[in-house]
Amino acid sequence: MTMKFRILKSMIKQGFVGMWRNRMMSLASIGSVTSALMILGMVLILILNINNVTNMTKEQFDEIHIYLKEDITDEQINTIEDEIQNYEGVLSVVFQSKEQALEIMKNRWGEESDLLNGLEENPFPQSYIIQLEDIKYADNVVSNLEGLSGIDKIKYFKDIVKRIISVSNVIKSGSLIVIGILMLISIFIISNTIKITVAARKKEINIMKYVGATNGYIRGPFIIEGILLGTIGSALAVILVDVAYQYIYKILNNRLYVFVTSYMVPSDDIFIDVVIIFMTIGIGIGILGSIISLRRFLRV
Amino acid sequence: MIIFKNIIKEYNNGVKALNNINLHISKGEFVFVVGSSGAGKSTLIKLLLKEVEPTSGKLFFNKKDITKVKNRKVPIIRRKIGVVFQDFRLLPNKTVYENVAFAKEIIGASAKEIRRQVPIVLSMVGLSKKANSYPNQLSGGEKQRVSIARAIVNNPTVLIADEPTGNLDPETAGDIMDLIMQINRRGTTVIMATHAKDIVDSMQRRVIALSKGKVVRDDQRGVYDHEV
Repeated sequence: MTMKFRILKSMIKQGFVGMWRNRMMSLASIGSVTSALMILGMVLILILNINNVTNMTKEQFDEIHIYLKEDITDEQINTIEDEIQNYEGVLSVVFQSKEQALEIMKNRWGEESDLLNGLEENPFPQSYIIQLEDIKYADNVVSNLEGLSGIDKIKYFKDIVKRIISVSNVIKSGSLIVIGILMLISIFIISNTIKITVAARKKEINIMKYVGATNGYIRGPFIIEGILLGTIGSALAVILVDVAYQYIYKILNNRLYVFVTSYMVPSDDIFIDVVIIFMTIGIGIGILGSIISLRRFLRV
Repeated sequence: MIIFKNIIKEYNNGVKALNNINLHISKGEFVFVVGSSGAGKSTLIKLLLKEVEPTSGKLFFNKKDITKVKNRKVPIIRRKIGVVFQDFRLLPNKTVYENVAFAKEIIGASAKEIRRQVPIVLSMVGLSKKANSYPNQLSGGEKQRVSIARAIVNNPTVLIADEPTGNLDPETAGDIMDLIMQINRRGTTVIMATHAKDIVDSMQRRVIALSKGKVVRDDQRGVYDHEV
């Protein structure tokens, strides 16, 4: 146990020495990891907030409004209502008569509602307002409704949600590509940095080989160097992203855009997640970078 | 303990470095390997160290065919073989003591073991007083002693010396040979590749002569060159 610990300790020390020995390359490596993760952070926060907004506003969108045809019979109206009640995910079905619709419109128009008094006949159709348990049932219910006779128009707000989702999907996939490229660049830079350390210690490695050091023992310090580069890069990214987010949050709050910040995820809620994600990716990039350089340049 | 059986080594560039080598080296033997540059001495040593793989043939070390050993197990074999090079290959930023201790650290020896064994080996090679010197403060002979100390500190069964006296003046070379002989007397098999005719001739040991990748001579009490 103590032996393993001692070896680990000397490997960590060598990792630091290696990093310090080529400071410029190390800096470049750290910078590339940080920038990749910062962009990831921004996208992550953006997506989290979009999700948050969609969740918070979803309740307003889980209604389906169906307008009935003028010539519909009472019998048909009843069958429609019974039918709808049986659909999965339907919370309630409320009938709205021509008069009620007119009344609602008058209320909405307020002072200008006088204009509506001049109408010769009520232009509003009879309608049903269907409340869904969840917006995910909307598509199914709508497709069922389309099979019913006596329905003129179906209006629901899934379209808006859909648009939000598709916008966030575009952002997601677009940024995924950018992040992927940046990560590849990071891996490349790290592997080059470690290549330099390997070259600097070529003689030592050669001797280690002849004396019978295991591959793990020889590779250890380089992998640790990679881990260190990744860790420092991701720690920097965590700090920068967190500071930036808190700053934006504060500015919006101070300018009384409370309606904006009320839709935003507080930074404390996502801090731990960001730390975990960044550290995992940062360390992963570091390990990958060193393994690549070792594979090619450390045939032992 | 070391058996070369029909060993052929052809490098990727088409050079046939070894052409059907058959050798048997017993435990505790002292063997010179002689031959001009390019005769195949280095390849022979590299095969033992698992630095290169033979194109065909078998190579037994301690009754085990090491041509079939997995990469992961190579370090285990190397720990049983000590190597000394012409150019010493010491780490310039480590002291004599650290250079020798390094070989033990690598195989995971405890601090206690290192503290016990490194001074013993250093006194054996006559460098106790130089333990804290750095390689650039040492003479060529002293450097080679350090490299020998490093080679034997893990108690190898075989010591391979690749031109160990090549960079030394004759007198110092003699001292180094005495040291290698002393190691051999303690039971370590020694395989020494060399160009040093006078050393080979004076030692009266087994001589394996290589030429163009073939064993052209294998005498139990040989000299460097018959013809001359």
